[in-house]
Amino acid sequence: MPTPGPLIEMRGITKSFGAVKANEAVDLSVAPGEILGLLGENGAGKTTLMNVLFGAYAPDAGEILIQGQKVRITSSADALAAGIGMVHQHFHLAPRLTVLENLLIGIPGKSGRLDRAGGLARLAEISRQHGLTLDPDLPVSALSVGEQQRLEIVKALFRGAKLLILDEPTAVLAPREVDGLFSALRSMAAQGLGIIFISHKLNEVRALTHRCTVLRLGRVAGRVDDPANTTSAEMAQLMCGHEIVPPARGPSTPGAAVLTLDGISTSKHSGTVLRDVSLAVRAGEILGIAGVSGNGQRALAEVISGVRAPDAGQMTIAGQKVSRFSPREVQALGLGRIPEDRMTTGLVTNLPLADSMVLPRIGTAAFSAKGLLKPDAIRAFAEEQIKAYDIRCPGPMTRAGALSGGNLQKALLARELAFDPKVLIVSQPTRGLDIGAARFIHEKFLDMRAKGCGIIVIGEDLEELLVLCDRIAVMYEGRIVGTLDSADATIARLGLLMTGAEGHS
Amino acid sequence: MSAVFEQIFQVGFLAAIIRIATPLALATLGEMFSERAGVLNLGIEGIMLLCAMTGFTATSLSGSLWLGVLTAVLTGMLMGALHALFTVALGLSQHVCGIGVTLFSSGLAYFLYRLIFGQQSVPPSIKGFQTVPIPILSDIPVLGPAVFNQFALVYVAIIAIPLAAFVLYRTPWGLSVRMVGENPRAADSAGVSVIATRFQAVILGGALMGLAGAFLSMAQFNAFTFGVVSGRGWVAIALVVFGRWDPWRSAGAALLFAFVDALQLRMQASGLGHIPYEAFLMLPFIFTIVAMAVMSRNAVAPSALLKPFRREER
Repeated sequence: MPTPGPLIEMRGITKSFGAVKANEAVDLSVAPGEILGLLGENGAGKTTLMNVLFGAYAPDAGEILIQGQKVRITSSADALAAGIGMVHQHFHLAPRLTVLENLLIGIPGKSGRLDRAGGLARLAEISRQHGLTLDPDLPVSALSVGEQQRLEIVKALFRGAKLLILDEPTAVLAPREVDGLFSALRSMAAQGLGIIFISHKLNEVRALTHRCTVLRLGRVAGRVDDPANTTSAEMAQLMCGHEIVPPARGPSTPGAAVLTLDGISTSKHSGTVLRDVSLAVRAGEILGIAGVSGNGQRALAEVISGVRAPDAGQMTIAGQKVSRFSPREVQALGLGRIPEDRMTTGLVTNLPLADSMVLPRIGTAAFSAKGLLKPDAIRAFAEEQIKAYDIRCPGPMTRAGALSGGNLQKALLARELAFDPKVLIVSQPTRGLDIGAARFIHEKFLDMRAKGCGIIVIGEDLEELLVLCDRIAVMYEGRIVGTLDSADATIARLGLLMTGAEGHS
Repeated sequence: MSAVFEQIFQVGFLAAIIRIATPLALATLGEMFSERAGVLNLGIEGIMLLCAMTGFTATSLSGSLWLGVLTAVLTGMLMGALHALFTVALGLSQHVCGIGVTLFSSGLAYFLYRLIFGQQSVPPSIKGFQTVPIPILSDIPVLGPAVFNQFALVYVAIIAIPLAAFVLYRTPWGLSVRMVGENPRAADSAGVSVIATRFQAVILGGALMGLAGAFLSMAQFNAFTFGVVSGRGWVAIALVVFGRWDPWRSAGAALLFAFVDALQLRMQASGLGHIPYEAFLMLPFIFTIVAMAVMSRNAVAPSALLKPFRREER
């Protein structure tokens, strides 16, 4: 088979933000029919590079060639016209408009009117070609996350994209949906489309892509010509510049139960309600809660954190019955929590970091007296934690929102662990963190486990749960549908449970 | 009470509803376009007042009613552009800028009016729009004389309602307006200019507010007074919510409000008991508050309303 000329070529792309070189002399090319993996840690410059390609940033130096022709891309409209389509990590859809309306946006009409008929025909054609079916008249809010992603892909194809960029597309999908996505992407590639697949899940990159470009600190750290036959460890080393050893989880010596839930049910709230959930976490044990996002994990975390009172069932922390379900009560009983969304329920982005770090305990004698804050004590506490956890920031009075995700997560962890919780509940502990920061967080969990803390990790990343947890419970539609010892658990078995395919076990 | 009900079904009463509803419907459609694109325009009250003044003045000086209407519409567009400059281009607070535009426009209207007409014992007036019966349609019993024997600007409003619905739901531009009001980032990544679309929608909204102002000073009162708008702009903002940001429902909301207003006028006239007339004046506003309280529970505003769009933010 003759090698076709590249569909798209980026040559010597350099882009600086102030003193920071986000991209430096980056070369990248994609041939028609090729799936290119773009790998790199957070801050390696993947997003900047793709934003240059999609017209959001103008590069300081370098050029972009499409089918050998030099082009200038200064807006997303230019990129679309050049045949570049992008599926962002956070979907660019209007939830209250219909599927068809989301497709027709920005498409010139027919004699001044929206071209509904033309749109429907084009949608049907794309659906047939790649097996991407969608109901054109449903509002986007009625679609599942997987379907919304499908719509984003269809949107790019609808506009005649020859090159499709997908930014961490599998982060939001269940294992089975990932398979569907991959087969659609392979079908598109087979028909001559170029695809750039951005991910940090190395096994997915190895399964899907034909070639990989690895970025580190804004430069190309290396290229992988045969991802399928390259080990994850080798790729991780390219990404980080040094070897990454997964944390070793020693044998478990669990003690008495520190948290029990017995027949917990909730109702009357948005999202999935809990149905008769019972579980126990023992001292010195890490329990994982797996499940496709939206199967009751949020309600579970809210009940355990004391934010939401259940309608039925009982909960104990360290043997004490929880009666009022308030954050203050469960915290007093020895519960620490790291919420799912660092920016909204974790801390206050517009306040100094120090304030956020003492917020849950602001009323305790350590940080206030006679109704007045003790600013010196607050500051001293924050400084101490910043040092202990190597939180990179100018100081404790920095606005919390200015910190990177990894540093925020460290700050939240420091805040909870400083008070030696008996139980720790964590949602999505390493979402959006790079390998180094994730590694740090994992080590802290294992330290706490060794000290006899019971930890619940709610997560969607099955590989992470398998490495970290002693047992893994799977949630489906608000129930615990199975609990596996991690020695017996495999991604396949968990995936099956997550889709509700296997009954109670 | 029975006398009141008899009057409801009189042609004159129906015609009064249509007349009262016209400026409200035009202003409500204007506010709706602006909000659909994600921009709350609290400048509406002042813009209507200024447009009532400029329209009246242009007609008063030139003698041409349509030149007055055109002046009012252009004034509205200009003030819309001013509001968009602050809120869309500069991304400032829509509440603060809107109130600023209202205060500025009102002050400017008073100032220019005094400058041009001075202090007169009898306020100047113009020969305003006259009713124009539409052949055939005006012969329909009851409905004909009530709806089709009206001022030309009433017909403009009646045409504006389906036209607004068509533009909003059936044209690419209307889809862009709805998209930038729901998820500007989605519109931007589809190659639609959020800034330009919002500017256009706010300016179109200003034009409709201008028409509403022109109606007040050139068809309804045929004079400009400082109380010519008297809260109709604020009511329009409530009617947009009441009409759930939809042209048809918004027009319906304007009609309903006009019904209550016409009713209280009749009740005043019929001199029910010894109730002071001010009590009746409150009726439409009490109705507005109650209607808002009931309707706004399920009302879902455009997601990006009040949110400025800056591209570099990720």
